Amino acid sequence: MSSPNSKRGRSSNPPTPLSEDPTSPPSQRRRTQDSSIGDLMAMPTSPGTDLLSPAAPQDTSLLSSPRPSVLPPDVDMSSPLMYGTPSSRMEGTPRSGVRGTPARQRPDLGSVRKAPQVDLQSEQPVSDATVGSEPSGGQRLVIWGTDVNVNICKEKFQRFVQRFVDPTSTEDENAGLDLNEPLYSQKLEEISVVGDPVLNVNCRHLQSFDAELYRQLVSYPQEVIPTFDMAINDLFFDRFPDSFLEYQIQVRPYNALKTRNMRSLNPEDIDQLITISGMVIRTSQLIPEMQEAFFQCSICGASARVEVDRGRIAEPAACRHCNVSHSMALIHNRSLFSDKQMVKIQESPEDMPAGQTPHTIVVYAHNDLVDKVQPGDRINITGIYRAVPMRANPLQSSVKSVYKTHIDVIHFRKTDEKRLHGLDEDAEQKLFTEDRVQSLKELSLKPDVYERLASALAPSIYEHEDIKKGILLQLFGGSRKDFSQTGRGHFRAEVNILLCGDPGTSKSQLLQYVYNLVPRGQYTSGKGSSAVGLTAYVMKDPETRQLVLQTGALVLSDNGICCIDEFDKMSDNTRSVLHEVMEQQTLSIAKAGIICQLNARTAVLAAANPVESQWNPKKTTIENIQLPHTLLSRFDLIFLMLDPQDEAYDRRLAHHLVSLYYHGEEQMEEEFLDMSVLKDYIAYARTYISPRLSEEASQALIEAYVDMRKIGSGRGMVSAYPRQLESLIRLSEAHAKVRFSERVETIDVEEAKRLHREALKQSATDPRTGFVDISILTTGMSATARKRKEEVAQALKKMIQTKARTPAMKYQQLLEELRAQSETAVTKELFDEALRALADEDYLTVTGKTVRLLA
Amino acid sequence: MSSTHDWINNPLGVVKEMFDMSHNNSTSGWEEKVVKFFKEQLKEKDARTAVPSLNDVPLHYLKPNSLVKFRCFIQDMFDPEFYMGAYETVDPSSKAKMMQCGKYKDVAECSVDFHSSNTVNAERQTFYCVPVPGESPWVKERYASESQGRVVPSTSYAPSRQKRSYEDDDDMDTHPQKQREPNSAVGPQSPDNHHGNADCKRQETEAPSSQAASASHLDLNFPLPGEKGPSCLVKVYEDWDSFKLNDMLEVYGILSVSPVLSVLADEKETSSSLLDPTDSMETAAEQRVHCPPASLVPRLHLVHSQRLLHNNPLMPLTVMEQNTAFLSSTLSEMAAVRAELLTYFTHVLLGDTLAAEYLILHLISNVYNRRDVLPLGKFTLNLSGCPTVGSYTERLYHIIQQLVPSSFYLGMTLQNLNQMRLVPKKDYVANRLVSGALQVPKNTSLFLDETRLEQGQLDTAGVHNVTALGNLISWQKVDYDFNFHQMEFPCNVNVLVTSEGRSLLPSDCQIHLQPQIPPSQIEEYLSSLHVPSDSSSQVNKFRIFLGVARLLDYSISDEVTKSVEDDFVDMRKDDPQSVSAEDLHRMLVVARLLSLSLGQTTLCRDSWMRAKHIEMQRKTRVEQQKCVNGNEP
Repeated sequence: MSSPNSKRGRSSNPPTPLSEDPTSPPSQRRRTQDSSIGDLMAMPTSPGTDLLSPAAPQDTSLLSSPRPSVLPPDVDMSSPLMYGTPSSRMEGTPRSGVRGTPARQRPDLGSVRKAPQVDLQSEQPVSDATVGSEPSGGQRLVIWGTDVNVNICKEKFQRFVQRFVDPTSTEDENAGLDLNEPLYSQKLEEISVVGDPVLNVNCRHLQSFDAELYRQLVSYPQEVIPTFDMAINDLFFDRFPDSFLEYQIQVRPYNALKTRNMRSLNPEDIDQLITISGMVIRTSQLIPEMQEAFFQCSICGASARVEVDRGRIAEPAACRHCNVSHSMALIHNRSLFSDKQMVKIQESPEDMPAGQTPHTIVVYAHNDLVDKVQPGDRINITGIYRAVPMRANPLQSSVKSVYKTHIDVIHFRKTDEKRLHGLDEDAEQKLFTEDRVQSLKELSLKPDVYERLASALAPSIYEHEDIKKGILLQLFGGSRKDFSQTGRGHFRAEVNILLCGDPGTSKSQLLQYVYNLVPRGQYTSGKGSSAVGLTAYVMKDPETRQLVLQTGALVLSDNGICCIDEFDKMSDNTRSVLHEVMEQQTLSIAKAGIICQLNARTAVLAAANPVESQWNPKKTTIENIQLPHTLLSRFDLIFLMLDPQDEAYDRRLAHHLVSLYYHGEEQMEEEFLDMSVLKDYIAYARTYISPRLSEEASQALIEAYVDMRKIGSGRGMVSAYPRQLESLIRLSEAHAKVRFSERVETIDVEEAKRLHREALKQSATDPRTGFVDISILTTGMSATARKRKEEVAQALKKMIQTKARTPAMKYQQLLEELRAQSETAVTKELFDEALRALADEDYLTVTGKTVRLLA
Repeated sequence: MSSTHDWINNPLGVVKEMFDMSHNNSTSGWEEKVVKFFKEQLKEKDARTAVPSLNDVPLHYLKPNSLVKFRCFIQDMFDPEFYMGAYETVDPSSKAKMMQCGKYKDVAECSVDFHSSNTVNAERQTFYCVPVPGESPWVKERYASESQGRVVPSTSYAPSRQKRSYEDDDDMDTHPQKQREPNSAVGPQSPDNHHGNADCKRQETEAPSSQAASASHLDLNFPLPGEKGPSCLVKVYEDWDSFKLNDMLEVYGILSVSPVLSVLADEKETSSSLLDPTDSMETAAEQRVHCPPASLVPRLHLVHSQRLLHNNPLMPLTVMEQNTAFLSSTLSEMAAVRAELLTYFTHVLLGDTLAAEYLILHLISNVYNRRDVLPLGKFTLNLSGCPTVGSYTERLYHIIQQLVPSSFYLGMTLQNLNQMRLVPKKDYVANRLVSGALQVPKNTSLFLDETRLEQGQLDTAGVHNVTALGNLISWQKVDYDFNFHQMEFPCNVNVLVTSEGRSLLPSDCQIHLQPQIPPSQIEEYLSSLHVPSDSSSQVNKFRIFLGVARLLDYSISDEVTKSVEDDFVDMRKDDPQSVSAEDLHRMLVVARLLSLSLGQTTLCRDSWMRAKHIEMQRKTRVEQQKCVNGNEP
């Protein structure tokens, strides 16, 4: 079995020890550490069905006779040896403490439950000839086909429950429990109080406590879990003899270490306990599955109960009471049914190799697990992997040699459940290996890490260093702050960026890159998206006919980045929903009877084209983009992407492009950081680092803010608002995150200031004055100055027109005349601006100290 | 002689022999031996052509369990399935046990001993394969004529088939030859075409019992409307992770058409679901998709496969480097053929040499690399100013179809845009990927005819379709709709947009057609337009030229890099507005394609100058056009 194809070619589970191959994994070996191995070896040729071999269930359906003759004839199927059937467990559990709490069937453990499981407890007389004839006389007896000894297994599990302590537990299930006390004992207490008879057991705990028991659980879940059930019930009713439960406690293991991707499941995993992750795509309606049939004799009225045996019901041929044959009729109303639901799981998109379609797998949920999950949920399921042969018709001679596979689920665990509540990023915490963390930390210590990361961003896009830096800071984001106590709620931590510029300056490419880089990115185009597409809409689910809330791009990119291309082409209606999202980070919906507020903690990266498709340098940003300034002020950074028109730049650009087209992939990769490293770096920083402002940094921020206000106040204009201060804080925090620093230092503030200024210099430069003027962004007008300027310009024009038609005038003379005419004071600056405005109209030109009229 | 026929006619015998020799000892490596055996056999000269092809031999002429080949396209991937790799049978009378091999088979022998300890379970993967979408008729014919594996209908075999075979005969016989009638390919067709109904009818006769519940016809799920041919479930035993969706393959496999496969499916519906609920779980829709009647969708058990780089029958299958003789002979002729082709295209494009030049460049373009999200080498051409008379665009498509191996015409009528499914979508009920017209193999020529667009309203589906087309052009990717999420599949499609004015879709390069024919005579000119006849050696030369140019390697020397940089800087110096980074991108692509079209694998200074020159010409023409209709953006 050492052939390279052993993965597929190997027998899934050699049923007898003789055929066992030494290379098969340890979990497959049914070998105990004790001396009874020899005993087990003594039954090589027994024709019994191997419980674990996938061939086992075949006899349920492939052969028409309900009881294949391969069973050891002496095993009495109804003997109390068979635990696990409702009746037998009630009477068969000898402990008095269980007090007749009804046991509930566990269809999740499979319908082959009644296959020849020979529970050879040593105090019981061994009735089975095949096994009983073992020479050792039943000292260490095990369940047929396994190495599980029920008593030992029970003891071990009870010991585990009573002793296991996990002081470092961080799971939310354990919230409120004393971590230094035995964990599962506390859970039992919880059960006695709450009355929900389900005990979830983390397999990781079990493994750390008793690896052998864990191995048995994973290899023979079908046998071991009922044993656990028995053990836990004994324990529970010993401790809480007076508590009342609806039915006996069921143990649900989860988080089996055999956690796998759906793709790696193979025939070896059949009948083993596995945990896989995926996304629910479909749930069926509830299916009633008969567990116990009730027959009544139509002649004498005597009744009989028949349990389902591997999907079949043996109809009594004759009435036991009156001995009339074929008189028994099934009474549906009095039969017992259990709930069952088919759930289809699809591989999560992250687990899939590129270029392939996702795999799906069928999962059966039973009893209370029915309707626990909805389509779209991301879940981890723990269950037993099954293979059932395709059903064949008894009349057909040939069979399809294919099995159908499914998972009988034991435990569901939603992975995205927490996203609806609070700010919890643990749920999506990516697990980093030690090595990775180490290498990331090393990288963070490099002095030029900021530059390195920035240049690793979209290497195919040339230069635009500051824009890339801005986007990098956006990817990291600021720290979350909660001011709910003081009544302001959450502060936005996300950085919003607007890219604005000529067509063909690779804005879209940048957006695409960012969208591909972040795990929860959304890409929409302003032209193609409507308000509902961005926010959320209510629709009728075609299957359930219930109203369901379908979320749009902004909600989907919660904790991610929403890239909006062609921002300018968006309708005003659509854009207005962005107001709330971009500052409050929530989305309020009130429609069709659903009123709710959804979190939309998304950073917005938008790209807009100028109105005239080409940037008009004579106009202000507002005039060029034509976006409402209320929205513009919500962007932390607004970058202009314009052609620098510079020879050196051109040369570098040309070189970059030519090598892009010519060099192979490898050469380019060497120069830059790997995209995956960048991804991990960002993910790590976002998860683990939340910097706080240091004293010096606060001082620096205050100074920066005061400076920003001063710039404008000199000319009677306010140039910065508190919103800009918040932006500065966010940017400094993000920069500190880049350094993996828990403290925001002055250098972070310096960089934030620089970037803010760079962005502003480009976007908020008043083209007429050359001054930075934030009010262009916040109000669309440089305060009242521009209005005043217009008036002055008009007055000046009128004055010139009324004057004699001299083609040239003295500058100083004009100023004095205007001052004399005007009621309010005309400053020299104002006069200059008025002249420039008229010059823009091509009415006059100013050369030195003379003003010439044109035309 | 007889041995050849053995492995083609009875491959399972070969498998069985090897299996028996191994004595169920899995260390013997019999599985590798089988794979190797077939690989060796197929290496032999002419061996490949001796194997009958499912593409051109009607299914019912093929012997079940014989070796066949199939040139196909992976449309969907199903979930892996577990099967009995080896099992034991018990003879009911003698009780003798026999080991049987279950590999390469769908159906197990009767009297299987399910309790045998010797059963070996194994896993295999199923792919749903369709004939290569959009394959031109000349390709099909050429492949068919090469294949010697024509099977004569054997009379001894006929009775084992169902009676309907004879009806099907007429159907199937004629189709391979006239697979795509001109109008079926060109006219705007509703996806629900005639042949779907034919299938429906056939299926109902095939398996009447199962049809009561599921009367809707069996959709063979071809990506493009109007396609014909068998689709196939290919069962892959080895290394299935290396197969990708949308791969073009030539598979050699053992044909399995056992009627049991479809019968088994029928029985499901009738058997009581109460007793074994596991069976009733699969919906009827899913059932229909995953277990279609074997007579319609045969099963192929793959023994050997080869990924096709191209489906041009005139070129050797193997990679270019290995065929130096072929390569050097073609390369030496390249320039001459190119000149001929240019003359011909000039004739077709109403005497416009520049447009003809660009059309050549477009047809040999190929995405050869991707830098993060940016596909390199794509060259979408927007041919604006197309005359609307005399169905010019359709003629143009026909000519292109004659030259390239796969192509698809999409008339951008409102109806098509609003109703056609372009983007594949996952159907969770039937658990399959419902194909769309954008699910095509690489290097397919997609011909978008925008001249057919009229005024009207696009609905939601229409907007999505236009967005998808835009994404395809800009990023060479299609986002398949998986309902809960989208998945990005890269593609490599040559998109040619014909329009009157500038196209509403993005494009890498727009050229306005300047007919040298006075408008009044265009109609007359068109009717005399020379369409290359199928057999002429010239056409074949063109076909080889386009195929080879696309696969050539290309590089730029440092020297030329330098001069290109200098050029760029100079151009910017004169007028920074005139040349942008975008223009340089385009010029580099044009220069690359121009060099390749001349058979040069490195950029030389001449080609660069020439590329610059034609780009300039094109730009002035676009400028002029803007001036003519000033209101155009």
